[in-house]
Amino acid sequence: MNNAADRIPTILEVQGLRKEYPGVRAVDGISFLVKQGTCFGLLGPNGAGKTTAIEIIEGITESDGGSILYKNRPLDRDFQKETGIQFQTTALQEFLTVKETLLLFHRLYPNPANFDEIVEECSLQNLLSRDNRKLSGGQRQRLLVAIALVNQPELLFMDEPTTGLDPQARRNFWDMVEKIKLRNTTLILTTHYMEEADFLCDEIAIMDKGKIIAHGEPKQLIAQHFKEVVLELPENEVANHEFTLPFEYQFKYGYLEIYTKDIATTLNLLKEQNISVDKLKIRQFNLEDLFLKLTGSELRS
Amino acid sequence: MIARILAVFYARNLEFVRDRGTLSWNIMFPVVVLFGLNFVFSTGEQNQFKIGVLTDNPVVNEIDHPFMDIRYINKIQIVDQDAGLESVRRHKLDMLIDLDEPVARYWINEESPSGYIVEKILLQSSGEGFIKGVVQGKNIRYVEWLLPGVLGMNLMFGCLFGVGYVIVRYRKNGFLKRLKATPLHAIEFIVAQVLSRLILAISMAIFIYVGASYILETRMEGSYFLLLLIGILGAISLISMGLLIASRVSSEELAGGLLNLMTWPMMTLSGVFFSLEGSPQWIQNFANVFPLTHTLTAARAVMIDGATILDISYELSVLVATSIIFMIAGALLFKWQSD
Repeated sequence: MNNAADRIPTILEVQGLRKEYPGVRAVDGISFLVKQGTCFGLLGPNGAGKTTAIEIIEGITESDGGSILYKNRPLDRDFQKETGIQFQTTALQEFLTVKETLLLFHRLYPNPANFDEIVEECSLQNLLSRDNRKLSGGQRQRLLVAIALVNQPELLFMDEPTTGLDPQARRNFWDMVEKIKLRNTTLILTTHYMEEADFLCDEIAIMDKGKIIAHGEPKQLIAQHFKEVVLELPENEVANHEFTLPFEYQFKYGYLEIYTKDIATTLNLLKEQNISVDKLKIRQFNLEDLFLKLTGSELRS
Repeated sequence: MIARILAVFYARNLEFVRDRGTLSWNIMFPVVVLFGLNFVFSTGEQNQFKIGVLTDNPVVNEIDHPFMDIRYINKIQIVDQDAGLESVRRHKLDMLIDLDEPVARYWINEESPSGYIVEKILLQSSGEGFIKGVVQGKNIRYVEWLLPGVLGMNLMFGCLFGVGYVIVRYRKNGFLKRLKATPLHAIEFIVAQVLSRLILAISMAIFIYVGASYILETRMEGSYFLLLLIGILGAISLISMGLLIASRVSSEELAGGLLNLMTWPMMTLSGVFFSLEGSPQWIQNFANVFPLTHTLTAARAVMIDGATILDISYELSVLVATSIIFMIAGALLFKWQSD
């Protein structure tokens, strides 16, 4: 974090959080800070312990150890009033419309947000009279976010909000989250989509097997772990060639991936060995590469 | 607190009223049962009868009389003649017979189809003469005795399953977990569920009662207000029982099993269709643990005998006590989410 970020107050402090279930240590002593007004991402594969960790912080699940401070004090009733939660899976009451569902939750809080503003923010204007059961995946997620926003939360939890959405719906959802960020709401987001974390998060913690294995700003983390770029060449372009390269490389998803700091030299070497580079693509390392490097397994496996 | 209760109460009512299938079933089921049973019993297709025998001999089958040898007739010792006659009047017994007199006597309820048949069997089973007795007071038709049972059964199923299954479904699909993340307290949620189901259950009961009274011309000797009070207290007690059963369960199968475990003993022991007259005393005592037993006893006393609030104060007290116990236990044991 830079100096400006250091001046932002901490809204949430998690220290040594632990949770065990029979035969599995779901959360194994994780610690991190969340700065006010930022988007913090917990990134990891299914089963990494993200949901357990976030539900402990939300006060839904009890921990076996560790501490959580919200605004420098232990969690209390105010925490519930000042936070909003979007669970990974939430069923709503059947036979109710979007408006009725939203009103139900709106009435449960002493100082709710302006109803119309939430509706507009989550783009639900045209869906208010629609039955909950007839919403698409993206529309439903927008409703769940609206429910999480009814109490004007300072801290908003979102647990894998775009899982199962098509790319367009996911992109629309990100736009909505960007609008929420603009009003200085702090976000804690879990996801296993690295592009989502990359797009939305100011800071991330990568979890695997209950532990945080990397923590920092996405670009900073990638820069720390990778000095090279990736050259991608379709596998069939080199299928009938024997070649040698003085760089690390591997075949992955139908591509030859070459990791190099010196693009010009690499291209020359390929040409010298009669390998066509017409379909060659150059890309930066991303969070998925980082996760692979840190754990030896795919992020979405 | 009130606002939160009302919010949950309103949403639950909307959900129920718009679920057309469930709503139709809740209305149709008791109506079909009421008319079906009335048809069955009014056409006298019972193949088993229950008679009271006035005697000091506890083993009534030892009495030497041709009538006592006839099968499929349940003979019960009756010591007190007045109590026996009241049982005949209330259709708890099909006949009362006294074989110890020089000339045997019997009493039947002229409104009872079963009594009519048993009388024919009695007269044909023995050549000697009988003196026919008249049951004092206004005769009670079987359907009048049955109506409180059907109303109570409807309350029981609606309250236990209507609340129990809904809570388990909410817990299983994560809706309760979502509510836990709001300022809503368990007791507020429970009170809202009780109120919502209470309104629906009582509305259904009134609908059935009015319909049955109009079509079947059933009697009402007591106060409608008192009957409503019994219905409300009985419903609250049964709803609270359903909430207690569903307070921790996350499986609909298990909930179904537990709810059946409660409903079937009440169906058979609380006097929905048949009186426990003649059953072992311990069974009659055991039946008193169920709220439905007290609901039906009080309802029949008001509808048939015109009982006052003092006459049924014991039953009302039991219903209030069980409501409080079940509701507090349910709130204390309540879990918002599955393990």
